[in-house]
Amino acid sequence: MKTCLVVDDSRVVRKVARKILEDLDFNCTEAEDGQKAMEACAGNMPDAVLLDWNMPVMSGIEFLRRLRKMAGGEAPKVVFCTTENDLAHIQEALSAGANEYIMKPFDSDIIQTKFAQVGLI
Amino acid sequence: MKPDDFEMFQQLLRQRSGLVLSRDKAYLLESRLLPVARRTGLKSLDELAVAVRTKKDETLLRAITEAMTTNESSFFRDMKPFDQFRNFILPKLLTSRASQKSIRIWSAACSSGQEPYSLSMILKDEAAKLAGWRIEIVATDLSSEILEKAKAGVYTQFEVQRGLPINYLVKHFKQRGDKWELNPDIRRMVTFREFNLLTDLSPLGKFDVVFCRNVLIYFDQQNKAKVLNGISKQIPPDGVLYLGGAETVLGVTDKFRPVEGQRGVYELTAGGAGSAARPAATPSFGTRSTLAAGGR
Repeated sequence: MKTCLVVDDSRVVRKVARKILEDLDFNCTEAEDGQKAMEACAGNMPDAVLLDWNMPVMSGIEFLRRLRKMAGGEAPKVVFCTTENDLAHIQEALSAGANEYIMKPFDSDIIQTKFAQVGLI
Repeated sequence: MKPDDFEMFQQLLRQRSGLVLSRDKAYLLESRLLPVARRTGLKSLDELAVAVRTKKDETLLRAITEAMTTNESSFFRDMKPFDQFRNFILPKLLTSRASQKSIRIWSAACSSGQEPYSLSMILKDEAAKLAGWRIEIVATDLSSEILEKAKAGVYTQFEVQRGLPINYLVKHFKQRGDKWELNPDIRRMVTFREFNLLTDLSPLGKFDVVFCRNVLIYFDQQNKAKVLNGISKQIPPDGVLYLGGAETVLGVTDKFRPVEGQRGVYELTAGGAGSAARPAATPSFGTRSTLAAGGR
């Protein structure tokens, strides 16, 4: 079973995303900010990260930049999932090493196709 | 709705678009035709039924037909057929069409344009190999309204997230307010044309590749056979046809057979290729003026 780390400061969003991903046969863990996500990845590198942008303590983009520099940190497929929906943010995310980008609001179809496109499904 | 009104609408739709409407879909009539009735100044479906019976107004009949077509569509829908086109069919065509340097593709019942535009984006990736080639993507649908949307190439955030890889969004779209507009170079690769699948297909010319996905599911056996046999006459012996995941040629036509190992892709049988070699024959089923339901 593939693993996915769901990173979002909203407990509701994490719950919804987790439910969708578990239906897609992912084993999910959660983190409420970038710092907690770093700790989770240091302990156990997931196959996928679903990543919010704006979070307290450490933002999603900051987490992504650090993750890609970590040992083994280039491996996880990172899919942003954020309300930031302008081209500038998307380009910034891609150049920081994001594999896909979801603009909130999302549904299970969007998550499924985006995860399929990066080869996770 | 009165039973004879339902039957009247059912018959009208079957004749004009091939759409088969079973009784359990009566709710669709209610939800989709009430807005048409109101636009026409009528209060109910009862009044609409009367108007259809008494006026035979072409504009009204067309509005009813268009309102009842399903325009479900997304970029790179189902993904696999597009990967298959990119990895197998296109390389084959690059070799087999090397002397004439020309490829014609038909997206039948293209709805709001996501299918032909997905093909454009794939072909754009291969632009270096296709330099000097004449690539034509013809996209047809029965609905003039949906074709206007297709031509505009403007999509909502929701639409550009369904199936469109983020790199393509960045590469080929401009953000306009809360909408995303496809760049002109991609839009220009597609020629849109209003066309009824149940009419004679020969005016469209020959195609190397035909995408006719999730259209025939709305048709009865007779119209499925008619369209498939018609397509068989518009493609060369080595042409291919893409059907939707839930569609089959089995028991419908002997002109096509599945390409082994390539789900959803069909090639002509010896009999089908034989008919393609002859001059286009008159379609075997009547000449009813009909429009085809779109379902990309």
